[in-house]
Amino acid sequence: MNKIFTSLVFLIISGVIVLGLALPIPNIPALGDKARVLYFHVPMSWISVLAFFMSMWYSIRYLKTKDHDYDIRSYSCAQLGFLFCILATATGSLWAKFSWGSFWNWDPRQTSIFILLLIYGAYFALRSAIDSEDQRAKLSSVYAIIAAVTVPFFVFIMPRIVESLHPDPIINTQGKINMDSSMLTVFISALTGFTMLYLWMLNLKIRVEKINYNKLSLND
Amino acid sequence: MLLKNSYLVFKKDLSSELRTRYVINSLLMFVLVTISIIRFAIGDEKADNEILTGLLWIAVFFTSVSGLSRTFVKEEEKETSVALKLSTGSDSVILGKLIFNMVLTFSLNALILFLFVIITDYQIKNLPGFLIVLVFGNLGLVSASTIIAAIISKANSKGTLYPVLSFPVLLPLLITVINATKLASLGVETDKLFGEIQILISYFIVVTVASLMLFKYVWED
Repeated sequence: MNKIFTSLVFLIISGVIVLGLALPIPNIPALGDKARVLYFHVPMSWISVLAFFMSMWYSIRYLKTKDHDYDIRSYSCAQLGFLFCILATATGSLWAKFSWGSFWNWDPRQTSIFILLLIYGAYFALRSAIDSEDQRAKLSSVYAIIAAVTVPFFVFIMPRIVESLHPDPIINTQGKINMDSSMLTVFISALTGFTMLYLWMLNLKIRVEKINYNKLSLND
Repeated sequence: MLLKNSYLVFKKDLSSELRTRYVINSLLMFVLVTISIIRFAIGDEKADNEILTGLLWIAVFFTSVSGLSRTFVKEEEKETSVALKLSTGSDSVILGKLIFNMVLTFSLNALILFLFVIITDYQIKNLPGFLIVLVFGNLGLVSASTIIAAIISKANSKGTLYPVLSFPVLLPLLITVINATKLASLGVETDKLFGEIQILISYFIVVTVASLMLFKYVWED
């Protein structure tokens, strides 16, 4: 089962990389070939948000059950989410350099991903500042939940401050996705492939963290 | 019963504060120092309202960051938290501390605003709107800072950790409140600020409810 899963992940992602670069792309005004970044950037951003809310979900489960398993899961989600968040920031700002002319110009979208990075950073800083296992699990769970309830406010705040130049209003006009069928296929496969890759990495990460945790409790 | 106990926790904090001056003295000096730094940084230049509002919020943010964590850190440092745990439930502790922090923040902010207006010649064109925004902004600021203070009181390196943890949580509030106070100081009418005020109120409610629900996990061992 695991073997089939990993080979599927490998196949889909190789396909996405090859087809994403090779297939012709429909003419989107002001984007052109630069729109190819969406095959990689959008899945990365989606996963960093998904991992953030999964981490919150496992934090809630931990507080309810006090089962250390959930804390390990929550921590692993946060670590992978941080990795994907960095990748989303990097791909996004590379694209911004060629479309907007600078790597970073505090577009609302850039501000929101910056805050996500800050939250992940604060979460790891908190975890490393607590010695006792139980306290660490409890306090970081509480912090993850507090952070997660404040994040949705950006949905309301960001449009009020400054208009975004982010291209989803161009590609995605009036809720209709303005992609032709080949582009849409590659895009959907990219989303599926990278999400599967994330789940596979998460599974590995959780197993490693569990071994570490058991080793620590054996040493005590 | 809950309200009475919260009031007792608040009264205990207030009278212990008035007796020992654990935070007040250093905070007053902190406000004075911050405002003087702003004064010397501006010099004789005439700064416009957009910059002055930003400077005002830097002073407010760092004052609350250095002051509000003390309520919980004090209990851990003086090892009184066990006694407090024995005396009353976690709900009344968080409510009492919230009220105490609110009183502290409101009085400090009144002082900051007063000194700031005197020193930098800050013109507020729509004063009622400005004050309404400031009050609701402070409510949210206090409730988020209080639960984070409870979290860091159990961690090492409390002083540096506090701004790191509170900044990303407070950022939605800060962006809104800075924007709204800037508009009010430029003379935008209060009913045009209604959207911002709505965000501030809902932030306060959401964070307060979340902290009331989560505090018992932080407080009880």
